[in-house]
Amino acid sequence: MSEQKHTEGSVQTTGHAWDGDLQEFNNPLPRWWVWAFYATVIFAIVYWIIYPSWPMGGSYLKGVMNTITYENDKGEEVTTHWNTRALLAYDMKNSDAAVRQSEYLEKVTNASYSQIAQDPEMMAFTRSYAKGLFGDNCAACHQQGGVGVIGKYPNLVDDSWLYGGTYVNIEQSIQNGRRGNMPNFESLSDKQKDDLSEYVLSLSGHEVNRNKAQSGAKVFQANCVACHGADAEGNTAIGAANLTDRIWTVADVPGASNLEAKKVAIKQVINNGISRHMPAWSGRLSGDEIKLLTVYVHSLGGGQ
Amino acid sequence: MFKHETVETNAGWLIILTLLAIGVGGLVEIVPLYMIDETVEKVEGVRPYTPLEQRGRDIYIREGCYTCHSQMIRPFRDEMMRYGHYSLAAESQYDHPFQWGSKRTGPDLARLGGKYSNEWHVQHLVAPRSVVPESIMPNYPWLLEDKLDISDISDRMKALKLVGVPYSETKAEFDANVEKFGKDVAEMLDINKATENLIAQAQSGNYDGNKSDITEMDALVAYLQVLGTMVDYSKYDEEYFVNFR
Repeated sequence: MSEQKHTEGSVQTTGHAWDGDLQEFNNPLPRWWVWAFYATVIFAIVYWIIYPSWPMGGSYLKGVMNTITYENDKGEEVTTHWNTRALLAYDMKNSDAAVRQSEYLEKVTNASYSQIAQDPEMMAFTRSYAKGLFGDNCAACHQQGGVGVIGKYPNLVDDSWLYGGTYVNIEQSIQNGRRGNMPNFESLSDKQKDDLSEYVLSLSGHEVNRNKAQSGAKVFQANCVACHGADAEGNTAIGAANLTDRIWTVADVPGASNLEAKKVAIKQVINNGISRHMPAWSGRLSGDEIKLLTVYVHSLGGGQ
Repeated sequence: MFKHETVETNAGWLIILTLLAIGVGGLVEIVPLYMIDETVEKVEGVRPYTPLEQRGRDIYIREGCYTCHSQMIRPFRDEMMRYGHYSLAAESQYDHPFQWGSKRTGPDLARLGGKYSNEWHVQHLVAPRSVVPESIMPNYPWLLEDKLDISDISDRMKALKLVGVPYSETKAEFDANVEKFGKDVAEMLDINKATENLIAQAQSGNYDGNKSDITEMDALVAYLQVLGTMVDYSKYDEEYFVNFR
């Protein structure tokens, strides 16, 4: 077949012929392509020299003329061959963005909560920084903007706080997490539960049956005051809810259309109790981050 | 000049050059494995999964969670600020297969453990949009209904032992684990006690909020809650990890 090679004018073929006359050209590669190929080879060699590359016995080529100087946790400068971990250490502390951010962070760290709240510049920084933190860490439960999920995750924008709404309270909640627990009162009789739910609704100004509410008050005195208090205003030390306002965190009373449905919602809580858990964030977020989040949550609406 | 045709028409040349090309590729892939001891960071706390966590991991793989979630925080500032400390090689040394992945339709899960409550995980797996309205994750309601099959847990651990996970069968292996991980962890890694360990952890943890049954939800949540929690980063200077590169 090789004798056919140069027969087709100036174009070379591979010399194969299929079905009689089907032939394959053997054109040279385009010049630009060949040069581009050689360029990538040269690039690779330069890259090997500058960046960590080939394994060599028990070690590897670490790259020459290419070092990174970063600050370690003790604040000492360390210089090492180029690698992504050193680059990250540099980025976290010494990059432009980190340096510019640290000016603000330092200011916020050294300021008291009330100083931050009064300073528009620090507040603006806090809002933009903590909004991201809130979205990454808190919004999965408390929802974007902090509106919560009734019955599950407390609303952070209203004026009612299970564990208190001062800066210190909020900081503690974030730092150590919270474990909310109300035991179930299944053992009460159906009548007692019914009366109790009437009484609880009367506390927040709902129109209820007075007689039932009166006997419900006795059930309340016997079972509920230890946590919710004699005045039913709750106890922020243990996260017991205030039952006298119109804000509900567990029973979906506002979502129920009539009195009967509201009672069912309350009786459900009496029957089942509630157990909720907010994880501690002190191991995951830094002290600065928790401080920023505290200011942010406080500023969402209901901070005290 | 040496032409391509020479190689294509000469079997001897073709074999020699093919072997050479594979040889280079092989060296680059294989040689680093001999240095892996220097690549895997020496950190305290990383241990094989308990029987319940391991079953949870199996369910994670069965449900294809890895098709949308990675478990690898890369060493970049944005990832570190969003997810936490970058992943170490040491943290997946007992994973077979590892779940690093590169496809993030959902967020990375490498440091998910302890971030949310068990109740949140149950709610979120059953109906993701009830807690994350913009989520496109499917619902997994059957996890809460299906009882966990625990009949073959010892076989599963034995299989993992074959590929190098230090679960113990003999007294000597158990003692080695006590030495390496401490008594409490070593107990959990004992294949002979796998079933009772699994049941005990599921009951005391009560991950799915239902004490009467051990469901697949118990196992999966137990697994999710341990992800990325084994290493205490406050004990190490960043410089320590840089030195492994």
